[in-house]
Amino acid sequence: MTHDAADPPYLQVDDLRVRFSTADGEVRAVDGVSFGLGRGRTLGIVGESGSGKSVTSLAVMGLHDPTRTTITGAITLGGRQLVGMPDDQMQKLRGRDVAMIFQDPLSALHPFYTVGRQLVEAYRTHHPGESKAQARKRAVDMLGRVGIPQPDRRFSQYPHEFSGGMRQRVMIAMSLMNDPALLIADEPTTALDVTVQAQILDLLADLQREFHSAVILITHDLGVVSQVADEVLVMYGGRAVEHGTVAQVMRGPQHPYTWGLLASIPSLHGDPDVDLKPIKGNPPSLINVPAGCAFHPRCAYAMKPEPCAADVPQLLPVLADGHRVACHLPEDRRTSIYTEEIAHVGVAQ
Amino acid sequence: MTEPLLKVRGLTKHFAVRQGAAGGKALVRAVDGVDLDVHPGETLGLVGESGCGKTTTGRMLVRLLDPTSGSIEFEGRDITRLGRSAMRPLRQDLQIIFQDPYSSLNPRHTVGKIVAMPLEVNGIKPPGGIKTRVQELLELVGLNPEHYNRFPHEFSGGQRQRIGIARALALRPKLIVADEPVSALDVSIQAQVVNLLRDLQRELDLAFVFIAHDLAVVRHFSRRVAVMYLGKVVEVGDRADIYERPRHPYTKALLSAVPDVAAFGEPRQRIRLTGDVPTPLNPPSGCRFRTRCWKAQDICATEEPALITRDGSAQAVACHFPEPAGPEAAVLVPAQATAHVSEVTE
Repeated sequence: MTHDAADPPYLQVDDLRVRFSTADGEVRAVDGVSFGLGRGRTLGIVGESGSGKSVTSLAVMGLHDPTRTTITGAITLGGRQLVGMPDDQMQKLRGRDVAMIFQDPLSALHPFYTVGRQLVEAYRTHHPGESKAQARKRAVDMLGRVGIPQPDRRFSQYPHEFSGGMRQRVMIAMSLMNDPALLIADEPTTALDVTVQAQILDLLADLQREFHSAVILITHDLGVVSQVADEVLVMYGGRAVEHGTVAQVMRGPQHPYTWGLLASIPSLHGDPDVDLKPIKGNPPSLINVPAGCAFHPRCAYAMKPEPCAADVPQLLPVLADGHRVACHLPEDRRTSIYTEEIAHVGVAQ
Repeated sequence: MTEPLLKVRGLTKHFAVRQGAAGGKALVRAVDGVDLDVHPGETLGLVGESGCGKTTTGRMLVRLLDPTSGSIEFEGRDITRLGRSAMRPLRQDLQIIFQDPYSSLNPRHTVGKIVAMPLEVNGIKPPGGIKTRVQELLELVGLNPEHYNRFPHEFSGGQRQRIGIARALALRPKLIVADEPVSALDVSIQAQVVNLLRDLQRELDLAFVFIAHDLAVVRHFSRRVAVMYLGKVVEVGDRADIYERPRHPYTKALLSAVPDVAAFGEPRQRIRLTGDVPTPLNPPSGCRFRTRCWKAQDICATEEPALITRDGSAQAVACHFPEPAGPEAAVLVPAQATAHVSEVTE
């Protein structure tokens, strides 16, 4: 994937905050996230369960229940403001300008209808003037494009007649029916076997080149990100803690949480007898996020109580171009910790 | 070499399923002739994709499923057909840890009761009482012994997996089958549990059969590794051999498909298999991998390759055209494979 710096960001998210009210209290699922993404670029959003990565993407899709959810900040998609957009307008964008691929294709496809019927519906919703025959032709084309053999025959089959990998291809075909400028893939390969995952990741990269869309890839798997993304946004406790190119984040990570992730994952290449270095403790509850930096209770390098337990660190640029990190540690200290303690453990080695 | 603790020969499990509207019977050949040895204190990793039979194998090893045929010997004694009561004393030596820390713990029982259950069922009265022993176990797996009276829902996923481990350790087993013990956990928690299992193994001299689909986790945890495909072991050997010098095309393809952060930015050989794993209802004739293999010849469809060692290598491989053994093997690309193999730089 090429770096096209001239593209203005097609998607711009500014200070996004998403809150849910629940019986237990207010959940701060996303707490001030900002990033931009140009067409032709892939952003990997990485984080563990409860980091806010899926909630962020659902906000971009306008899929939160408005009666329970408070969304503030700005989401600009191709010049249009999505936060506060009436639902009938949002519906016109959804599926056409921005489309989504979910983790579990079996529950995202309707079991009663043939995949062909679902693909045709996705197309004709946004192209009411087109005939059924034209829509069918496009659907069969698209099934072929995503690598489904005998697309003509498969068009008339039901979701249960497809294997997991093939079903995910159907989902991808459906998301591409209307040439979306932004494609959000939420854990698209997590449910798949590794050889099939490799096929789907290749397919996504090929299609992106062809359609020049912007892609947000949400995953917990840093390996997947390192393979297909241009940029990485690391999320923790509803906030962005690190953002940069894949090379910057994988080869010179700056945030202690990113270090923890890299040192927690065993590698296929390093010394298997070196013990992993897990992050101690558990991710925070989003109802009761720790004061200051949300990561400070698990951080081995936190300066307590001040400033780490008191002030929320801002996502600020570090020396390398475009690389940003939200951490109170001075940059030279971060660099020395990384080289001395992290760079030889897990996949960081 | 010492006598194996566990010796498995020709292990087979076929499930009868109804097929089609007429309700005709068909056989799912989930496990179809597996040989394995596990030595005291060692870890054998069992890897493969979904449907390869690794979980079914694991469950047969601890006799949660009855094999269709084949034999399982534990410490030289054939346990394949032992009944419930004859199995009971053996359950002390053979334990299992399950993948899902939510469904494998009874939500109505306290943690204390869950961990004490194996002791009570087997009528074991540890010195100092059951409660003391349970608290020791909780401490051993890194849980607060004072949480004895809490219920599973009060714990996080990683802590629940620790409870499952404490229960498996209660009877001081010699062998634990760990079936995907970390795959339901977040990355940072995975590492905590993997480190715990490694510490316990060193301390207690446990043998493990470690079943997982994550090749990097298996490499980190296992001395020897067996690779399964559609109910068969296709390759087995020492960790270094399997990961550095894979000889079966499937092992090679599997390793090449893993997205590894550590390999980021380095040019690497990439093999892309086409299609999905065929159904075990009607596996391909001859070599089961041949439908996705770039090296397949006529013989692969007619003759099933035996799992054998050759060329003086200790690594056993079931392939008519294995990759050469030796240190240079990993860099060789077969000429026929050009359609599937490409050099890529990321």
